[in-house]
Amino acid sequence: MLRGISVDAGAGDCVHVAGPNGSGKTTLLRVIAGLLTPEQGSVSWRGRSIGSDRDAYSASFSYLGHSDGLKPEFTARENLTYEVGLRRKLGASAIDETLARLGLGPSHDQPARSLSAGQRRRLAMARVMLTAAPLWILDEPFTNLDHAGVNLLSEVIALHLDAGGAALLATHQPPAIPRHAVRRLDLA
Amino acid sequence: MDRTGPAAAAMLMYRRDLLLAFRHWDQVAQPVVFFAMVTTLFPLALSPELGELRQLAGGVLWVAALLAALLGLEFLFRADHADGTLEQMLLSGQPLALLAIAKGAAHWTVCGLPLVLVSPLLAISLGVPTDALRTVMLSLALGTGILSALGAIGAALTLGLRRGSMLLSLLVLPLAMPALIFGARAIDMAIQGDAARGPLLLLAAMLVLVLTLAPPAVGSALRISAE
Repeated sequence: MLRGISVDAGAGDCVHVAGPNGSGKTTLLRVIAGLLTPEQGSVSWRGRSIGSDRDAYSASFSYLGHSDGLKPEFTARENLTYEVGLRRKLGASAIDETLARLGLGPSHDQPARSLSAGQRRRLAMARVMLTAAPLWILDEPFTNLDHAGVNLLSEVIALHLDAGGAALLATHQPPAIPRHAVRRLDLA
Repeated sequence: MDRTGPAAAAMLMYRRDLLLAFRHWDQVAQPVVFFAMVTTLFPLALSPELGELRQLAGGVLWVAALLAALLGLEFLFRADHADGTLEQMLLSGQPLALLAIAKGAAHWTVCGLPLVLVSPLLAISLGVPTDALRTVMLSLALGTGILSALGAIGAALTLGLRRGSMLLSLLVLPLAMPALIFGARAIDMAIQGDAARGPLLLLAAMLVLVLTLAPPAVGSALRISAE
C-alpha cells in the first residue's frame, strides 16, 4: 500500500500527512506507532529501531487513533485516571486543570457515553496532553470539533511544539498551527 | 516525568476492570445464575434421590462450572478492542504480559470466584457430604483459575474474528479437559471419604503451568489481533 515513503521529525517539528481517502495515512501512522509491522523498511526513534525496545518507544509517544480510546461507562475523570495512569502518575488537580482547559470542566463527572462526539474528541486529546510524551501521533484530531475546538487544539499542539515536542498529524484540511511552519508529506 | 511502575500499572488495570464489571451487573451475574440453574436441573431430570445424585455430583458441578466460566470469557477483551482502549493498552509502554495477568485476575474475580463461593450450596443440594465441601471449593477455585488463563489466550486469539465465541469454546474446552478429569475425580474421592490430595495437587500444578505460559501468549496474541 505504501511505498518509497521517508519521513523524519525532530524537536519542534510538525509534519502533516496528507492524501486522499484510502491513500494510507492511517496505515502510515499505525506503522510509525508500531501497531502494524511494515513488510519492508524500518521505523527508528532516537537512532534505534523501535523493535529493539518496544516498551520504551511506546512510552515516548502518545497516539490518538480513529477511535477515541475511551470507556463509555467511565466518567471523563475516570477515563483519564485509568488510561493515563497506566503510563504516568497523575494527580487529580492535573486532570481537572486539563479538562477545564479543553472546556470539559462542567462535564467531568458525566459518563463518556453521554458526551457529544466533539466532547469525546476533546477528552481523547486531554489524554494525549496528560501523557506528556515528546511525540504526538494524531490521526484526524480535528474530527467532530467545532471552530473554537479546532483553534484550541491547534494552540495546544503549538504549545507542545514550543516545549520541544514533535507532532505527526494526518488530516484532510491543512492544519494551521500558530507560530510554527508545518511540513507536508503527500501520500499520492 | 513520573512513570507508573509495572506493578502499579497492573494494579490499576485490575481495579479498572473490576469497576467496569460492577457497572455491568448483568454480565457478572450471568455465569453464576447459569451455574445454579444447570446444577438444579439435574435433580429434576434424573432423580431426587440424594444417593444417586451424590455419585454424579463431581461431574455435574465441574461441567456446569466450566460452561458457566466460559460464558464470561468472550467479554474479556472484546469491549476494549471495540472502543480503542486495547490499542492504548498496547501502547502504554507497560509489559503486556503483566497487564494480561491483571485482566485475567479481574476476570477470575468477577466470573470464577462467585462460582466457587456458591458451589457449597449447590453441592449440598446434590447430596455432597459437608466433609467434602472444602474439596469442592478448592478444586473449583483451581479449575476456574485454569480456565480463566486458558480462556484469556483463546479470547485474545479470536478477538478480531466475527463469531469468535464459537471458536473460543472449541479452542478452550479441549485444553480444559485434563482439569475437568482431575477436578471431578477430586470431588468424587472426597465424597467417598478418601483423601483428594493427589488430584488437587495435579490441578495446582496445571494452574502454575498455565499461569506461567499464558501471560506472554496473551500479550503476543493481543498484538496480532490489533494489527
